[in-house]
Amino acid sequence: MPLIDPSVVDLSRLQFALTALYHFIFVPLTLGMTFLLAAMETVYVITGKQIYKDMTQFWGKLFAINFAIGVATGLTMEFEFGTNWSMYSHFVGDVFGTPLAIEGLMAFFMESTFIGLMFFGWDRLSKPGHLAVTYLTALGSNLSALWILIANGFMQNPQGASFNPDTMRMEFNSFLNLVFSEDAQAKFVHTSIAGFVTGALFVMGISAFYILRKQHREFAARSFRMAALFGVISSLAVVTLGDALGRLDYLVQPTKIAAIEGLWQDSDAGGSAAAAPWLVFALPNQATQTNSVEIGIPYVLDPLIAHSFSTNIPGLISLEQQAGPRIEKGITALNALQAYGKDHDTAALATFKANESDMGYGFLAQRYAPNQDLSLITPANQDAVVAQAEKDTIPNVFVTFWSFRIMMALGFYFVALFAFAAFFSLRNRLERNPFLLKLCVWSIPLPVLACEFGWITAEAGRQPWSVYGWLPTFQAASSHGVGYMVFSLLGFALLYSVFIAAELYLMFKFARLGPQPHHAAAPEAAAAPMFAAPAE
Amino acid sequence: MELYVVLKVIWAVLLGVLLSGLAVMVGMDMGVGTLLRFVGKTDVERRTALNIIGPHWDGNQVWFILGGGAIFAAFPTLYATSFSVFYVVMILLLFSMIMRPVAFEYRSKVDTKKWRGAWDWAFLISGAVPMIVYGAAFGNVMQGVGFHYGWDGQYYQDESFIFYLLNPFALLCGVMSLALSIQQGATMLMLRGEEPIYGRARKAAIGGGIVGAALFIIGGFWVAHISGYAFTSPVYPGAPATPLNGPAVAQVTGAWLHNYAVYPILWALPALGVAGMLGAAVMNSARLPALAWWLGAIGWISAIFTTGASMFPFLMPSTTNPSQSLTVWNASGSQYNLGWMLFFALVFTPIIICYTSWCFYVMRGKVKAEHVAHDEHSY
Repeated sequence: MPLIDPSVVDLSRLQFALTALYHFIFVPLTLGMTFLLAAMETVYVITGKQIYKDMTQFWGKLFAINFAIGVATGLTMEFEFGTNWSMYSHFVGDVFGTPLAIEGLMAFFMESTFIGLMFFGWDRLSKPGHLAVTYLTALGSNLSALWILIANGFMQNPQGASFNPDTMRMEFNSFLNLVFSEDAQAKFVHTSIAGFVTGALFVMGISAFYILRKQHREFAARSFRMAALFGVISSLAVVTLGDALGRLDYLVQPTKIAAIEGLWQDSDAGGSAAAAPWLVFALPNQATQTNSVEIGIPYVLDPLIAHSFSTNIPGLISLEQQAGPRIEKGITALNALQAYGKDHDTAALATFKANESDMGYGFLAQRYAPNQDLSLITPANQDAVVAQAEKDTIPNVFVTFWSFRIMMALGFYFVALFAFAAFFSLRNRLERNPFLLKLCVWSIPLPVLACEFGWITAEAGRQPWSVYGWLPTFQAASSHGVGYMVFSLLGFALLYSVFIAAELYLMFKFARLGPQPHHAAAPEAAAAPMFAAPAE
Repeated sequence: MELYVVLKVIWAVLLGVLLSGLAVMVGMDMGVGTLLRFVGKTDVERRTALNIIGPHWDGNQVWFILGGGAIFAAFPTLYATSFSVFYVVMILLLFSMIMRPVAFEYRSKVDTKKWRGAWDWAFLISGAVPMIVYGAAFGNVMQGVGFHYGWDGQYYQDESFIFYLLNPFALLCGVMSLALSIQQGATMLMLRGEEPIYGRARKAAIGGGIVGAALFIIGGFWVAHISGYAFTSPVYPGAPATPLNGPAVAQVTGAWLHNYAVYPILWALPALGVAGMLGAAVMNSARLPALAWWLGAIGWISAIFTTGASMFPFLMPSTTNPSQSLTVWNASGSQYNLGWMLFFALVFTPIIICYTSWCFYVMRGKVKAEHVAHDEHSY
């Protein structure tokens, strides 16, 4: 059976990566801003001070501009598995589709229904009633992230399902294993909190802009302080959870962690695992399987990854070699599976069962088999096929190594920035630090960038698998023609470009305009809608 | 009956419920989008029309997302195959759908004719195109689609997109779906709008109901002449779900009316459909939009269940390899999965219905033009 045209696979991957990364420009702000808005409104309800209501409404308006595209581009994600990853959807839909469906039922309905009331219900709900609605929106958006990341967790560390040779797919067998996948849980907290960092820096940066311009002083000072404190806690938490996630990768995705660290040789290759350096800078070269240049700090790698001074961390070269026998068993498994599919032969089933856990590695061999047909592999040509397929078992090291380092450096930068910002804000000395304020303004887009590189680390590092160890990415795509892919890619590029242009235009426009508190000018109009219409 | 078969049947019915929720709730908002340029001549009128569904469109749209997610989980092979087989229209559907959330949020944020005019066109496209595609999908699926599977479950497409894009029966279904969405949307505009929107919407609502009913009846007669599908060897509903080793299936003209011959009670469904659509038109003409809205919803839902009842247990037959046709029996998820999904559906559906109703209750009453013009939060 022929494999899918490699250029169609590449175009499908490109489309998925672009639409997913684009979607995630808007998601972190939604995750973080909903809770920030809830916090501001809580202060309003407790203290009764109008300025906190102004804050909730003004930041809510900027939030809404961002939220719309997040919703729109999320639609694409829900459908792209079916439109472009048909084999994937068939192969794991029974377990992967479930968290997506539950997400709709439990989280997205809640978020989307209450966000309507959050914006339209100010005059129709009591103060605590509206506050409850805001919290339900925030809860909905974060629960939504939980179920999406449970689904993603299954791709990284597939547990809670087993392969059924009668239906040729993975079938759901343990709800608890799926939901309490450590990878999913750690990634959920890491991702949500990364959203909090994004929201905090967004509010802090725009407030810094007003402080620099000496506009909306009280409004900006209060917003800045709340965001800075929110940011200190979140940025510390995001770094801590990132470490937890790295350790999980070490346990269940050894190829990813070795690629992240640019580790070609085993960490004890130099004599002692403890002394192995953590690379600050390196130029990994996939062809020669070495780093062209590397600068590292000794005695950091082992404690960082394995939380130990004596554990050997396997390098990419030995991981490749370890994959060899698994590929051989995988070929046996798939040939037996195909035979079983034809006539339900029990001997074939027994052979398959004996080699089942390596079947995914058999798929990897398919592209190097004669005529791409595994049944044509003989003892004579097997070694050559396995040797080629081995090289495919590790991800692109350069991409994984550098996207991780950019993300991590940004993470530590945020900790420092929020710490200084909170310090000067609490001492009321912000206006004397224009440099810090400018830094805050210019840093607004950086958390989004960190999130994007985080996703690239996670998903590029997962390659060559779409479901780690079970289904290679090149096997997972739909068998479209190149023309179809060009059509959809061009359409997405055009539409998404228009969207981002409109988004940035509105965001800059309303952020520059700033809050328009009516009560200073016309205190008697307190019952009327909160802000005067922007002058156009 | 064994538990697995019961679960498969329950999920087939729930699939109908989801498609109905999508049609009624999302269709209503899309009808408003389609009609926007017609019911609103001035900018304030258009904004008023948008704000009638403003607090609810986002929540309603989740029916669409949940529909995708639930088909993915409950009928994974159907999701995997149908979305890929109809690639070109699915992508057109997506392109039009994703304009809508942005159009709602951005349209009224800049006060220039060009900007708002452009977004008004986006509303027209994102209202009409998805509803036509939605109906046409039913029409196409009823006639079967060209696809088959390899030994490992990978699907292969055997027909060009031209066939499903320009297929007369499918187009009829598409226009019917558009007409019904216009009926539901216009009725909502009457419910919460005032003159002159009310009067214009009333005309559209009556027209939508009559056109919808007429096309539904024509489609019914047409179905007797298209090739349906029928099993020609024994079927085991409780077997593991895979289309790979299916029973023999034959194309038989008029087979889609077979279930109605066996169970004449099923004729109640199309009868209810026509009665609902025409009844809604009568009620709208009598200026009773609340009653009309519910009658229209009954018409929509009956039309969807009419299709389901005529095809059951087929979901998406294959023209090129009929024995690999997707059915309720062979395209569903595993028993364990269907059980867990049912548990979540039973727990959360009542909760969703409660808070959605509460949300409509909070936002009840007429949307007034002068209020929209002065309220900063409005669209």
